[in-house]
Amino acid sequence: MNAPNVDTSPKVSDEVRKTTCYMCACRCGINVHMKGGRVAYIEGNKDHPVNRGVLCAKGSAGIMQHLSPARLRAPMKRAGPRGSGQFEEISWDEALETAVSWLKPLREIDQSRFAFFTGRDQSQSLTSYWAQAFGTPNYAAHGGFCSVNMAAAGIYTMGGAFWEFGQPDWDRTKLFMIFGVAEDHDSNPIKMGIGKLKARGARIIGVNPVRTGYNAVADEWLGITPGTDGLFILSLVHCLMKAGRIDLDYLARFTDAPCLVNGDRTSDEFGLLLANEAGKKLVIDRRTGEIAAYDAPGIQPDLSAVHLAEGVSHRTVLQHMADRYLGDEFAPEAVASRVGIEAGRIRAVAAELARVAFDEAIELEREWTDFRGETRSRMIGRPVSFHAMRGISAHANGFQTCRALHLLQIILGSVEVPGGFRFKPPYPKSATVHPKPHAGVTPGQPLDGPLLGFVHGPDDLLVDEDGNPKRIDKAFSWENPMSAHGLMHMLISNAHAGDPYRIDTMLLYMANMAWNSSMNTSGVMKMLTDKDDNGEYVIPRIIYSDAYSSEMVAYADLILPDTTYLERHDCISLLDRPICEAEAVADAVRWPVVEPDRDVRGFQSVLCDLGARLGLPGFVNADGSQKYTDYADYMQSHERAPGVGPLAGWRGSGDEHGRGAPNPNQISNYIENGGFWIAHLPEQATFYKPWNMDYQDWAVSLGLADRPCPYLFSLWCEPLRRFQLAAEGRHRLSPPEHLKARYAEVMDPLPVWYAPHSSGESGYDVHAVTQRPMAMYHSWGSQNAWLRQIHGRNPLYVPTRIWESEGFRDDDWARVSSPHGEIVVPVAHMAALNENTVWTWNAIGKRKGAWSLHENAPEATRGFLLNHLIHELMPPQGDGLRWANSDPVTGQAAWFDLRVRIEKVAAPDETQPSHPAQASPVAKAPELVAQKSGA
Amino acid sequence: MTSLPGHTERSLGLVIDLDTCVGCHACVTACKGWNTENYGAPLADSDAYGPNPVGSFLNRIHSYEIQPGTGPAQVVHFPKSCLHCADAPCVTVCPTGASYKRTEDGIVLVNESDCIGCGLCAWACPYGAREMDPEEQVMKKCTLCVDRIYNENLPEEDRQPACVRTCPAGARHFGDLSDPESDVSRLVAERGGIELMPEQGTAPVNRYLPPRPRDELPELDVLAPFLEPVAEDFKGFVGWLDRALSGLS
Repeated sequence: MNAPNVDTSPKVSDEVRKTTCYMCACRCGINVHMKGGRVAYIEGNKDHPVNRGVLCAKGSAGIMQHLSPARLRAPMKRAGPRGSGQFEEISWDEALETAVSWLKPLREIDQSRFAFFTGRDQSQSLTSYWAQAFGTPNYAAHGGFCSVNMAAAGIYTMGGAFWEFGQPDWDRTKLFMIFGVAEDHDSNPIKMGIGKLKARGARIIGVNPVRTGYNAVADEWLGITPGTDGLFILSLVHCLMKAGRIDLDYLARFTDAPCLVNGDRTSDEFGLLLANEAGKKLVIDRRTGEIAAYDAPGIQPDLSAVHLAEGVSHRTVLQHMADRYLGDEFAPEAVASRVGIEAGRIRAVAAELARVAFDEAIELEREWTDFRGETRSRMIGRPVSFHAMRGISAHANGFQTCRALHLLQIILGSVEVPGGFRFKPPYPKSATVHPKPHAGVTPGQPLDGPLLGFVHGPDDLLVDEDGNPKRIDKAFSWENPMSAHGLMHMLISNAHAGDPYRIDTMLLYMANMAWNSSMNTSGVMKMLTDKDDNGEYVIPRIIYSDAYSSEMVAYADLILPDTTYLERHDCISLLDRPICEAEAVADAVRWPVVEPDRDVRGFQSVLCDLGARLGLPGFVNADGSQKYTDYADYMQSHERAPGVGPLAGWRGSGDEHGRGAPNPNQISNYIENGGFWIAHLPEQATFYKPWNMDYQDWAVSLGLADRPCPYLFSLWCEPLRRFQLAAEGRHRLSPPEHLKARYAEVMDPLPVWYAPHSSGESGYDVHAVTQRPMAMYHSWGSQNAWLRQIHGRNPLYVPTRIWESEGFRDDDWARVSSPHGEIVVPVAHMAALNENTVWTWNAIGKRKGAWSLHENAPEATRGFLLNHLIHELMPPQGDGLRWANSDPVTGQAAWFDLRVRIEKVAAPDETQPSHPAQASPVAKAPELVAQKSGA
Repeated sequence: MTSLPGHTERSLGLVIDLDTCVGCHACVTACKGWNTENYGAPLADSDAYGPNPVGSFLNRIHSYEIQPGTGPAQVVHFPKSCLHCADAPCVTVCPTGASYKRTEDGIVLVNESDCIGCGLCAWACPYGAREMDPEEQVMKKCTLCVDRIYNENLPEEDRQPACVRTCPAGARHFGDLSDPESDVSRLVAERGGIELMPEQGTAPVNRYLPPRPRDELPELDVLAPFLEPVAEDFKGFVGWLDRALSGLS
């Protein structure tokens, strides 16, 4: 037989350009293969610390993102009514001068009339710096809508959270437990980690109402009832404490468990931790029985001590925990029906955690010295690790639930130890070393400090003398005092309502707020188009920057078109959300591997230009000229502190790392090294980082910290207690009367569980949640010709119990209603699902005319959003107030608290609500794609 | 009719771990990206942004639910591409000789210049592993990245199929399944790898590693050995704490 001659060694490409992916916030390294100056093939970079060569479906389909027909082509001004999508292309000069003409008067009169919010922004270090220089208090990114509960609870409790703050010790962990992890977070590192676990037969426990993705490969799946994770976790804590299966040595040395809680009911500091004059928390030294500062050399903090002073008993935090968690209300039998997990399985999980943590403990022969000066020859590992995400955080009890999970990790002694959960530099970092938020506006001047940060009590709130919020989103106000990431989801509704005040101009970046990035999408579309009595828009001016023809584009007055991710500079900076590993610090760049073929500019370069045109400090030279020619120039020459800039590698003359003078060849150095920089920790610094002096000193040497800052984990959250004290009348400030009872309930200094506020509305008893598929990132995937063939439809998945009781059949449709609205959508059966929960893929549904899709594309005719059912405010409760549909601690959007009713209906022509098509400002998409860049 | 080689020198193929595959579709688009740019005509997508997009893919993921007699329902992600069968019916059915199996490594390929797009091979394949390109009307199928695995223009570590190189969970393995000492053969032996639909008599080369048993943690009552209570209440806990602390250094 004559087999044809196959060329098995074809030329692969002319050149490989190494940059950073942008298909999600993982920020993997990619090799972009070029042929004839065009992008031909994208694969993972094997040297890159994040992905080690692998790449997900989104990243591997990046070429279709880069070549999308939905790419915007030039700056535009609105030429029809808001929402119509009618635009006229204009020059960059006209666009920028228009923006300046809107912004300059606001800066001179009242900067709070300007709001700058960003969505999938990977340059928050620059965008927040720009907002601060402008002087507005109104800036945030999308964290409040996404996962601030997770981030804030982690930082307040242990100085770091999951995802980019930390990771399991993938090489040593023996049991990995995940809570509420949707398929997209965090993409490749989790999959690589799961692969490592599976390869050596380690076990995974998945807690999620939906069994897909990571939960599908979990050895054990617990199909929990949404919103009850905290109750389940505290039941595990109950079992472990009752059995004495907790790490007493770890608790005594590294946490506030031995710290003494002020027990004087008459004191204004009742319930705070006792501290000495220097502010150091106090413990009893077990050796002497005397009171001592927690960090005194050589002491042995006593967990079981009681400090008697002036007739008052001050007990340790651990004793308060025992008081709370040994209670019968946390027994498995007491919680089982509410969490939807049998008592015997709860107990089995607790036993398994204890068995692996303590009976399979591991030891590394590795000497280290702690902050008390004690040197130990070994590192003891508790090989159980955890990861969690939005499923537990996007509830109105999410902050306390995330705190409960950290409490569980900590009593097992499994944080920052071999086999456990590990921080990634620049974390760990105590909440007290983060900045506090600022909102001090002076016309014509920058804001009085960083916009976002961590509050530690009522004194840090951003409210005026009457207690009214200073920010448009009401972040850091009494309603949600610890809102570390702001509340992007409240921006448009507050601006529309003029509550707390009116906004003149909004600048939005990569935030699809007229569609999937808002609660109450139909309502938000109306607010954006609503006019006042004079026929003017209630929200007068909207400037929007996006690379693609998204739904939000149609609602803007001025469009600043951004580039694709392969056409731009970016820095993945240690000043921002970093990409480090537990044993290494790393940062990276994006650089234009191809130049744009359209009249578009990277938004960050536009900010450098706009900042100069507005004369913002930091963006102009002494002579008033533009300081940074573009973002690349900023990345190389900006210094946040002397010697510390956006990029840490190759500073000075290229031989200094961490700290060093700006280097004009820095980006070239990054490109020569494959697009990233990495430096490894010394071996003795790799675990116990919050308390390990080798780590602390190393962090200072690299510019990650100004001085060594060891600290104790905070099982007892004092900032919460300070807000309770204010509600009890023990502080000069006091929350509004209507919030006092809620403070008593939710601001508990120990993790607590309470039912989310929307529970129990009669007739709406089915939980409804969403998740993004692994192959899609927000709404971006739908324009991708390859990815939309994988996920072009999103039926509502219905569990067997409801499927049968409603008599559903394949291809049926259902009306899904909440107290706020209704949608009519296609349904599909799924058995691997909590019996009282329905779910769908998020952001598959599209508005007609958006994303360069055909108006009859299934995304527009059969796709849908649950967002229409979710109001940013709760229904009236009888107290005359509309409570925000947010976590009362952080303001995190509580979109997983949604409850619905579901009933079978005749199939309509298309999903409801159906919005009229928006005009597409880009050329019609081709019918055929046959991608081949090479000849 | 086209004949199959009586014997191949090697049997290159994939071993796919169903215990580990999270169903992320990375292999699907990495495959599409490499193969649209390389071997043969591009993998076209008709109506790419329209109501009925139809593209050719050489590898797809299917997800199935399993409802065991006891315990909760399970979901298995099942990646499927050509299994490079020893007795490949798609080859023997081909009227032009375009479909063939290589003697040197067992890879089943389509010589596109001889393919008349009759589709008989797709009908003959019991696995549904072949797809007609909507634009070129030639049959498309997994080539096992024959233009990567021997490619001297690639670093040696990259000479593996695009789907294997990209798989984030490491659920895909590539090697010679005719060599009992190869890594893939060992993996199949260790994990009880299976043939897909052996009753079809196609003798597929690829193997699937079955999911490990799920949801087997036994329910525990209060007297479980790992959770024996040390205390019933706060007072008892403090007593235990004192005893335990005196045992610490």
